[in-house]
Amino acid sequence: MISNLIKRKIFTLLQVQYSNMLEYRVEIALWAISGIIPFFMLNIWTNNNLNESINISNTMLSRYFLCAFFVRQFSVVWVVFSFEEDSLMGKVSPYLIQPLNPFFRYFAQHLAEQITRFPFALIIAFFFFIFNPESIWIPNLGILLLSIVSTFLSFLIQFLIQSIVACLCFWTEKASSIERLLFIPTLFLSGLLAPVVSFPAYVKSWIYLTPFPYLIDFPANLLSGNETNISRGLIMQILWILILFPLFKKIWSEGTKKYTAMGS
Amino acid sequence: MNLRKYLKVYKKFLHTSLASELEYKTNILVDLITAILSLVGSIFLLSIFFQNSGYIGGWKFEQALIIQAIYTILNGITNTWFNPNLTEIVKHIREGTLDFVLLKPIDSQFFISLKKINPSGFLEIMLGFLLLLFCIRINQLNLNLSFLSLSLITISCSICILYSLWFFISTTTIWFVKTWNAIEVLRSFLYIGRFPLSSFSFSLRIFFSVFIPIAFITTIPSEVFLGLSVFWKILLEIIVATIFLINSRKFWLFALKFYSSASS
Repeated sequence: MISNLIKRKIFTLLQVQYSNMLEYRVEIALWAISGIIPFFMLNIWTNNNLNESINISNTMLSRYFLCAFFVRQFSVVWVVFSFEEDSLMGKVSPYLIQPLNPFFRYFAQHLAEQITRFPFALIIAFFFFIFNPESIWIPNLGILLLSIVSTFLSFLIQFLIQSIVACLCFWTEKASSIERLLFIPTLFLSGLLAPVVSFPAYVKSWIYLTPFPYLIDFPANLLSGNETNISRGLIMQILWILILFPLFKKIWSEGTKKYTAMGS
Repeated sequence: MNLRKYLKVYKKFLHTSLASELEYKTNILVDLITAILSLVGSIFLLSIFFQNSGYIGGWKFEQALIIQAIYTILNGITNTWFNPNLTEIVKHIREGTLDFVLLKPIDSQFFISLKKINPSGFLEIMLGFLLLLFCIRINQLNLNLSFLSLSLITISCSICILYSLWFFISTTTIWFVKTWNAIEVLRSFLYIGRFPLSSFSFSLRIFFSVFIPIAFITTIPSEVFLGLSVFWKILLEIIVATIFLINSRKFWLFALKFYSSASS
């Protein structure tokens, strides 16, 4: 009964958000294009033969960056910005009355956006293969499933981190600048611009304890067939989710107590 | 007479927007930390590129740092002036408040391009200048008047090109209403400006100098600093900057003919 209700809620939310997202196809296409930085980085790596020193062939590196692009496409999170706007506009108040945590709404929004984005990402990948035909490969089914799971876990980690930051809106009103601050280490340490293997030893010694390499580097290595420690990666991803989830619940319950609606 | 009026108006703009921005003092601090971390991150990325090779696209590490410095200064200028104002245009057009701007006895482009200011960008500009001074020392460049004036000219040209690019995209809001994501695409392309143009493959080099003149924005001023620049390149940059400025003006006046306000 209860599970049926939850299922119905989730389906309705997803349906509503999907049709909402379909209205903004051009927007989402542009957004997909704005994620092509990994390809520029790939160009620097291969054009200057920098990959020789880290023992990754041109083909493997181009697969890595293509996968990094894909993982990034399906783990982009913008909860903070939506939540900040809603909270400044006072839209959070009606959400709070409903018997559903408002973050489910944002969660459905993100999933719906990913579904809408999928064809555009495929088109970009298609063009990538036209320019780099030698890097075409077909991952086996098991690896493909595992990397979808790990991409989803990466998305969950980022969603939880951003939700925690978003809850800071209850105290500071402008939480997006904190998010921009957190985005910097994500950008440079997650493996979006350079694979983590290429990092100097003094960074590699501690980076695997942080969540960053599991956001993009791990799923991308997994999918592209580069060397990676699968069990450690998945365990660390789940571990981080287990750490972040109670933290989010705590800050959410503290925050809602603190909440005072804007303009009332 | 006219100029004096505009100066007076600009002083008022500065006063009001500074007053409103300084309400969020912690935000400014967070933004400063973000700017520092982002600079550290990109130097870190650069050091990864250089860890096993002395040159990238013919640039040494110390020379490539100059590009980072100029990029940081220009990014600071973008964050101080272009970003807050031009995102405001989107709002003006969506909500129909552009009417009030057009009714004022003042040039509309002047008004919407300079109305707001974000003081945290100043810190980034200063950060960029500090790095530039450091680069001048480690590269043992001797400063003289002609060199300084040339670098000033090229940097001002870069600012003009950058402004025009931002303004072009914001102007298209008149037709498309939502252009946030087009700005994201521009931002991700501008990211290329952090690296010397010669480190990319030939086709990308053409793309970034003909279609989107990012090459002109950071590479040419850096070459001037190193005394590597040739006269025709500087002349070309001046011509490109003038064309961009004139066209951004024309495009704005053209777009205004299609402006039909909102809900009226």
